[in-house]
Amino acid sequence: MSAKPVNHRAWWLVLPVVILVAFNAVIPLMTVVNYSVQETFGNNKFFFEGLTWFNQVVHSSRFHDSLLRQLMFTAIILAIEVPLGVAIALAMPRKGVWLSVCLVLMSMPLLIPWNVVGAMWNIFALPDIGLLGWSLNRLGIDYNYTQEPFAAWATLIAMDVWHWTSLVALLAYAGISAIPDAYYQAAKIDGASAWSVFRYVQLPKMKHVLTIAVLLRFMDSFNIYTEPVVLTGGGPGNATTLLSIDLVKIALGQFDLGPAAAMSLIYFLIILLLSWVFYRVMTRGEEE
Amino acid sequence: MTRFKWLVPALYILFLMLPIYWLLSMSFKTTNEILGGFTLWPQKFTIENYAKIFTDPTWYMGYVNSLTYVVINTVLSVAVALPAAYAFSRYRFLGDKHLFFWLLTNRMAPAAVFALPFFQLYSAIGLFDTYIAVALAHCLFNVPLAVWILEGFMSGVPRELDELAFIDGYPFWKFFLKIFIPAIAAGVGVAAFFCFMFSWVELLLAKTLTAVEAKPIAATMTRTASTSGYELGLLAAAGALTMVPGAFVIYFVRNYIAKGFALGRV
Repeated sequence: MSAKPVNHRAWWLVLPVVILVAFNAVIPLMTVVNYSVQETFGNNKFFFEGLTWFNQVVHSSRFHDSLLRQLMFTAIILAIEVPLGVAIALAMPRKGVWLSVCLVLMSMPLLIPWNVVGAMWNIFALPDIGLLGWSLNRLGIDYNYTQEPFAAWATLIAMDVWHWTSLVALLAYAGISAIPDAYYQAAKIDGASAWSVFRYVQLPKMKHVLTIAVLLRFMDSFNIYTEPVVLTGGGPGNATTLLSIDLVKIALGQFDLGPAAAMSLIYFLIILLLSWVFYRVMTRGEEE
Repeated sequence: MTRFKWLVPALYILFLMLPIYWLLSMSFKTTNEILGGFTLWPQKFTIENYAKIFTDPTWYMGYVNSLTYVVINTVLSVAVALPAAYAFSRYRFLGDKHLFFWLLTNRMAPAAVFALPFFQLYSAIGLFDTYIAVALAHCLFNVPLAVWILEGFMSGVPRELDELAFIDGYPFWKFFLKIFIPAIAAGVGVAAFFCFMFSWVELLLAKTLTAVEAKPIAATMTRTASTSGYELGLLAAAGALTMVPGAFVIYFVRNYIAKGFALGRV
């Protein structure tokens, strides 16, 4: 295909989008930048503070702790969701009514409001009257996610696996279903084992979609807020206080706007970096 | 081994259905039964919880409010994204790649970062606690999403279509509305579906930007959870009803859902 023509008047077509998104993105972001370099004692009086807040945040053990918890959470859910999603995608039916059943049922968790996901798991895991909590305690496992940090973490991770593994599976499936039948026939003639088919036929074809899936899960799990707040409220103690939860606690709970804003910007930079990687992956195929 | 392959998705789907079953089962129980002890299915089957939601305005207005801002947002997002996606898919222009990337960063931005500034911004312009405020705020992530998805679909349409139409003397807008949009109708449907969905599932901003008039169903649920004791049955029924829109339309987009989540890039 020939290269796209250069036409600067195309700006008129994107102008509404730019105005709308800029209104929502630039003004609030500038507010955050403003707060991040100022101190207030109320009465809307502000004093310039320079980089004090950034220094404070970067060196605060509270930020380190929630960042560490966040990284741990993201690492664990990726380590579970990606292999599990691929395994499910490989085992899914290739066509027919069962494929539709799989696609529809598997998409269900993706379309449930996030606070309902949290509430659903909250009542599902209640130790005395929830199906999961009751069963575990019946099996002799001492389980109470409102009191033990380990149980809270396990529940949080189970919830995220429940909520998002389908996304990985659907993307991986989209990659697999793009493989022509001829590839499998060729592999069969060569007498390739199931493992070699996976390793040399399916995995290479899935590489692009899997990269998308990993990056999406990485970023979205980094932004997670509503579900853990409804499930555990960040507790017991601070055990499940992830980055977003901590941020909202500081900004709206304590009204420490300066440190919260500085933390927001650091947070945002991390996301920006990840988005850049994501963008490169997404558009790589198109530029070649 | 391949004979038992179906077990993997089957077990996974079972795992997915368990919490949903529990929510539904609870929504048909009386509060006394729920708090009285563990029962696997409703002993005294009741639809009282649902009846309350459908008769009490503080409850059903929550759904009406949510649906209103979601629909406004969906229409707005798709309408502005259509021409923009066309520009990205057909032309090169000054700063196009930077712009495309900048849009993406807004899809990825954590809502928690924007909660407080959004509150101040929309209070300052007098839109706090209106449908418009939430609908506009959700454009932050839905407009980029719609642009990316639509661009993915539009790039699949050969450019010869445009050229032929222009040779035939169609003016741009007539071509765009009469020929091009029908050609990517599936993409428009998918983009609208995803805007609807993401606006429906997002609650942090929706809650921050509303108080009474435009309060989303989520806020009604949280208020119930904290004030009127522990009406789990009612809460479960309210939660179950929020799954209805998704369950209703999912069949139609089942083959595109991966493409939508990958922002049109599968």
